[in-house]
Amino acid sequence: MTAVTPLTMTERAANPAAAAEDRPIGFGRLQRKEDPRFIRGKGHYLDDVTLPGMLHGAMLRSPYAHARLISVDTSAALAHPGVHAVITGKDLEGLNLAWAPTLSADVMAILATDKVRFQGQEVAFVVADDRYAARDALELIDVEYDVLPPVVDARRALEPDAPVIRDDLEGRTDNHIFDWEAGDRAATDEVFARADVVVSQDMVYPRVHPAPMETCGAVADYDAVDGKLTLYETTQAPHAHRTLYALVAGIPEHKIRVVAPDIGGGFGNKVGIYPGYVCAVVGSIVTGRPVKWVEDRSENLMSTSFARDYLMHGEIAATRDGRILAVRTNVLADHGAFNATAQPTKYPAGFFHIFTGSYDLEAAHCTVTGVYTNKAPGGVAYACSFRVTEAVYLVERMVDVLAAELEMDPAELRLRNFIRPEQFPYANATGWEYDSGEYETAMRKALDMAGYDELRHEQAQARERGELMGIGIAFFTETVGAGPRKHMDIVGLGMGDGAELRVHPTGKAVVRLSVQTQGQGHETTFAQIVAEELGIPPEDIEVVHGDTDQTPFGLGTYGSRSTPVSGAAVSLVSRKVREKAKLIAGAMLEARPEDLEWEKGRWFVKGDPEQSKTVAEIAMAAHGTVALPEGVEGSLEAQITYDPPNLTFPFGAYICVVDIDPGTGVVKVRRFIAVDDCGTRINPMIIEGQIHGGLADGVGMALMEMIAFDEEGNCLGGSFMDYLIPTAMEVPDWETGHTVTPSPHHPIGAKGVGESATVGSPPAIVNAVVDALQPFGLRHVDMPCTPARVWAAMQGRPEPPV
Amino acid sequence: MSAEHLHDLTLTVNGVPHPVSVPARRLLSDALRHDIGLTGTHVGCEHGVCGCCTVLLDGQPVRSCLMFAVSARGHEITTVEGLAGPGGELNAVQRAFQECHGLQCGFCTPGFLMTVTALLAENPSPTEDEVVEGISGNLCRCTGYQNIVASVHRAAALMTDGAGEPRP
Repeated sequence: MTAVTPLTMTERAANPAAAAEDRPIGFGRLQRKEDPRFIRGKGHYLDDVTLPGMLHGAMLRSPYAHARLISVDTSAALAHPGVHAVITGKDLEGLNLAWAPTLSADVMAILATDKVRFQGQEVAFVVADDRYAARDALELIDVEYDVLPPVVDARRALEPDAPVIRDDLEGRTDNHIFDWEAGDRAATDEVFARADVVVSQDMVYPRVHPAPMETCGAVADYDAVDGKLTLYETTQAPHAHRTLYALVAGIPEHKIRVVAPDIGGGFGNKVGIYPGYVCAVVGSIVTGRPVKWVEDRSENLMSTSFARDYLMHGEIAATRDGRILAVRTNVLADHGAFNATAQPTKYPAGFFHIFTGSYDLEAAHCTVTGVYTNKAPGGVAYACSFRVTEAVYLVERMVDVLAAELEMDPAELRLRNFIRPEQFPYANATGWEYDSGEYETAMRKALDMAGYDELRHEQAQARERGELMGIGIAFFTETVGAGPRKHMDIVGLGMGDGAELRVHPTGKAVVRLSVQTQGQGHETTFAQIVAEELGIPPEDIEVVHGDTDQTPFGLGTYGSRSTPVSGAAVSLVSRKVREKAKLIAGAMLEARPEDLEWEKGRWFVKGDPEQSKTVAEIAMAAHGTVALPEGVEGSLEAQITYDPPNLTFPFGAYICVVDIDPGTGVVKVRRFIAVDDCGTRINPMIIEGQIHGGLADGVGMALMEMIAFDEEGNCLGGSFMDYLIPTAMEVPDWETGHTVTPSPHHPIGAKGVGESATVGSPPAIVNAVVDALQPFGLRHVDMPCTPARVWAAMQGRPEPPV
Repeated sequence: MSAEHLHDLTLTVNGVPHPVSVPARRLLSDALRHDIGLTGTHVGCEHGVCGCCTVLLDGQPVRSCLMFAVSARGHEITTVEGLAGPGGELNAVQRAFQECHGLQCGFCTPGFLMTVTALLAENPSPTEDEVVEGISGNLCRCTGYQNIVASVHRAAALMTDGAGEPRP
């Protein structure tokens, strides 16, 4: 177990990353390979793509949440001198492209044909000389709507008189999508029946939006002569997209090249295929020229994949002395107008059944009901994906509600109920097998870093003075790295990842990935994995990704899966190369391979370390004239497709200190202590950076962010003036620490970290807010804890946000 | 609809004159990115909140998405491409962001670099509060701001050491 202490301001001002001379050849702090281009403005993002003769698209969107489409008159738009084409739903019907499959076995409209089902839904697509002309032409399209009553409140979606949103689906008479359950209902009911203490709480995880700084877009370039489509896209999953385009659009897969350039943040927002991408493709086919489409910020916030929107009822059962026995929950999940959530097929509520948290429970049970509403579809990710965020929020809030009921310290209650180290691998009550954990160690470290006892003492004094100081704790366990193909697929595609590694004759290397960075630093991290395994310096390893013509198949980057899945693939493909190098080294040294020993970067003869060959020497020999052993080909390369045996289970202990202004309800996050355990740490600098970002996400969700709607279904979060995300003013100086508990089933023991902080921080912050409001007798306050909502809670009106 | 009237003007960007012919409504951000080809200036919201499109106008930070190209006539514009020296050597702010891991996806980065370059030119040794307030008009979704704050302090230190000039 290793640890770092929180850095002081002075230390932070120094360079945390190793400079070139003392850089690690493998794991360690290393400046990123991506940065030289980014800091010079030489990144290459989607909107930087310019092709000869390129035209520009713009999307006409519905102003109504629910309306029947009577007519779409495009004649005036077509007469605009700059316009080359106007595409409507009717046009797409002729191509069998008006509707497309979603990632959840539903269908979604590419362009509306019958009705519009959410405000901002795509109605028509204009292709023009430039973006200005395209937007002018949108104003010239005359659409007649017959406005229908919308379903805005998910709680009313299943009422008998609710308007049926999806009357496009044959036989559909209600807004029900699915019922799903996990765990053992009877066993859980039995535990609840005999428990000393049962507490329950309704809570809302509001609809929020990933809002990456770069919006979504595409440049489609269809070459009619050779029938090849080159599609530049803001996508986190280029290979999955290519396969889906082939299946849906009928373009042969080998004639589709999807290129993801530099991506300006994803957070799950760039997993799905959006109508704008498809329209850009159709626009290119129709006009015979490349077509660029880039959405604006309002389009991004109003129409692309949201996250959360879970209305949860939690119950927790315990003994009077604080032994947690069981957790039970019912969830109403608002999926918007199309069920487009990106989840493994078997799990319509994603991995929500990790709501058993970090505790050794006797039983647990959940039911999740998904409903349609007249809101934007999606429901993917936004760290974390697969509903882990909702699950962790539920259980960590419930533990605090229980602590309040038992009048027990929330840290003590958690420590008393953790799964113990010797219980791993731990089979939880809903079917997961947690790989490894040292929960108490992480928790105690966080308490030490926070100075927990002193904080409680300070709080007692503050309360005497009438000050509202709160201390919130959350302990999370995630399930990431999807996933084993026997359990997990997305629209039928197994969730493994390929990797290819080639060592060139001079010992430099290229590794090709199936995953797609959106800022996580893959070019650095994956080079470090190869460096660790082969001893080739990271700067001598080119990392290729984001181009389906250049990389092996795999499902992309979301759900913190890059390191758990592709990280494993890259370490194993490196080991394959190392084993081949051993055979060639044996031939070079005239030694039997079994007499050779590996030291990072070279094979040497056991007992005679001077007799050795470096990887570079072996690479040259492989491509040269050395007589190779039987069956060994003259190259130094390998490929692999990795099927993870299990998911990985990162965890962490978070402590948040807030101060609430009793006069205004403004919540100030004063301190935030985050102890994370993501197993083996490849680049601690990158890990800490990702944790910082996730913690700021948590501040946003807990205190500021919400995509709200009015009664007519108008989106109230359609700009950055309405949808507030944290600035530097709202975040504290993050205090990070870590423990290291490697995953036993991962080749290098790494677990993934990209979403940990986004998962763990909201409950810590809300627990702190509720703790601060203890003098008001409150047990729960829903997110977002805006000044107005906190103020209302202080006045005895802790209303849910929806 | 008749074709738009075009205005011929010269935009001086990073010391280089660029003749452009643009309609009156063309945003400065679009002119820089698409007419002149300097795509380092990014567009994140087009309503003046996110700060990705920040450039310097006569040394002062402005949102190029809230300004028309024609309004920039006669001013010295500096973009991220103009921060490095003639030999490509990074300015102190660029160096600091790289050293302190002050960026991840890189999309907001040019806006921060411009804002901070102007901030330090005006206040070479800002306090913690001044740094936080100074960058509060730029949004970042990746870093949680901590390493950006550290980068600003680092840049100030580099400049004080004479290791970097507050260019421009």
